[in-house]
Amino acid sequence: MRPRLNLVIGGTLVAGLVAMAVTALVWTPASPVRVNIRVRLQPPSGQYWLGTDEFGRDVLSRLMAGAQTSLSVALATVAVAMAIGIAVGVTSGFFRGWVDRLLMMGNDALLAFPGILLALGLLAVIGPSQWGIVLALGLAYAPTVARVVRGQVLSLREREFVEASRALGNGEGYTLVRHVLPHTVSPLIVLATSMCGWVILAESALSFLGLGVPPPAPTWGNMLSAARPFMETAPLLAVVPGVMIALCLLGANLLGDALRDLLDPRMLGQ
Amino acid sequence: MVGYILRRLLLTIPTLVLVALAVFALIRMVPGDPAQLMLGDSADAETLEALRRAMGHDLSLAAQFLHWSGRVLTGDLGTSITSREPVLPLILTRFGVTAQIVIVAVALSSLIAVPLGMMAAWRQNSGLDLGITSFSTLMVSLPSFWLGLILLLVFGVWLQWLPIVGYVGLAEDPLRSLSFIVLPVLTLVLIEVGVLTRMARAATIDVLSLDYVAHARAKGVSEAAVMARHVLPNAFAPTLTLIGVVLGNLLGGIAVIETVFTLPGLGRLMVDAIFQRDYPVVQGVMLFIATTYVLVNLAVDLAYPLFDPRVAAEA
Repeated sequence: MRPRLNLVIGGTLVAGLVAMAVTALVWTPASPVRVNIRVRLQPPSGQYWLGTDEFGRDVLSRLMAGAQTSLSVALATVAVAMAIGIAVGVTSGFFRGWVDRLLMMGNDALLAFPGILLALGLLAVIGPSQWGIVLALGLAYAPTVARVVRGQVLSLREREFVEASRALGNGEGYTLVRHVLPHTVSPLIVLATSMCGWVILAESALSFLGLGVPPPAPTWGNMLSAARPFMETAPLLAVVPGVMIALCLLGANLLGDALRDLLDPRMLGQ
Repeated sequence: MVGYILRRLLLTIPTLVLVALAVFALIRMVPGDPAQLMLGDSADAETLEALRRAMGHDLSLAAQFLHWSGRVLTGDLGTSITSREPVLPLILTRFGVTAQIVIVAVALSSLIAVPLGMMAAWRQNSGLDLGITSFSTLMVSLPSFWLGLILLLVFGVWLQWLPIVGYVGLAEDPLRSLSFIVLPVLTLVLIEVGVLTRMARAATIDVLSLDYVAHARAKGVSEAAVMARHVLPNAFAPTLTLIGVVLGNLLGGIAVIETVFTLPGLGRLMVDAIFQRDYPVVQGVMLFIATTYVLVNLAVDLAYPLFDPRVAAEA
């Protein structure tokens, strides 16, 4: 009962977000970046559904464009983290021995930088830009993926069906690709779903700090940060982007929980 | 037990060395000449050469790392480029503000989350459970900086109960100081209660299905005593590990909270240093936070056998 409810709510939230981002590709009610000082800080109206910001830009259009930025950053980041993490995890788990020890020592050292600290440090070096964020967050989340993949590979390589493949005379490489990797897919799907949420949160936090996607390109994080001086006069400006981030995170969390329950029934009830 | 403690202590050393190596390598990736960055464009060739030699940049990378780690071990984290102050005292001053908020937040959220999670697990799948689970999932999904802004809007701007900007040290004026840290602490507590409640609930459910709980119930021990005496100690152990993680997350993400509430803490120090390209400070803060995190986890692992003696016995 619970997983299905999670799946429905989480799926709806995520689908709505994706629809918003895709729509923003072809259409927004107004230009998300065109400045029009004469209509600055307008309350919601028929023309501007969610009002306008301090430069007279349409808030709804900026939210939609922000969804597109956040989503593309999240997908690219998760792809980077997965690619690096899977490569490291598989190498580590499959070769074991000193390769494994060396890689995991490095991996653990990177995991010792909590939260967005590693991403902050990397951004100090790379400099703030959309792709800088993708690289910084991707590298920061890769060790988590490597850990999960390594654990899976280590436990799978001792299982009977993998032994059977070897006994049939299949090479190690073939066994790995054909029999081991497919079984790492479901935990990775669960991880990737939750990770999308973490990345969107981290990206908006970095943009909020002014280290993320540079303005005028709208993201929920930099909209929130720009809204701070106008909190008294236009509180809605600060409320809406946060609601979007929260809905998005809630969607990713619920969907992640539901997928975990569905794909890994052993976890049911936790 | 002694073996477990020794092994755990020894494991910490390579991690700390690698953390230092990662921080060292990261700052080495900065494009351009660090000496030039430190002195600015107007520096003449001689001064540049002197600084390079002082920093040991004429040596091999390995020698530089050894040289740098040697200085770090003596507490010398270099000098800030912008303020010309030594980095370590700068960090320690700011860390006071951060530590105060983070420690209070972790303590309060564990005190709230553990009973909440146990209650949800005790009445699993009831309305109470659904309520607690929904609440914690919702809290996990709120961005901390946004929740902070909303609390600031409600309590600072609308109700005007609490100040919006500024900070006063605890030593200067304890009461006013508290008024500045109430909201940041409340924000962090609300968010972390979500994470910890989910963990405490899962851990309790695992323990409740064990035979010894059924045995205690069969003996006629009251439900309250079963939960407090038999379930709590075992369910608390996995949650304890998570408290370490949460403490780390708070330290790693504290920059946004300190930005929202204009607190002069460690996170703000790092973000300002990033903007000013003050690399010795960036390097110092990263090293300091990562080391603190490693040591907190060490402390958690060392405390673990107190709640779950099996860990030390197995190891």
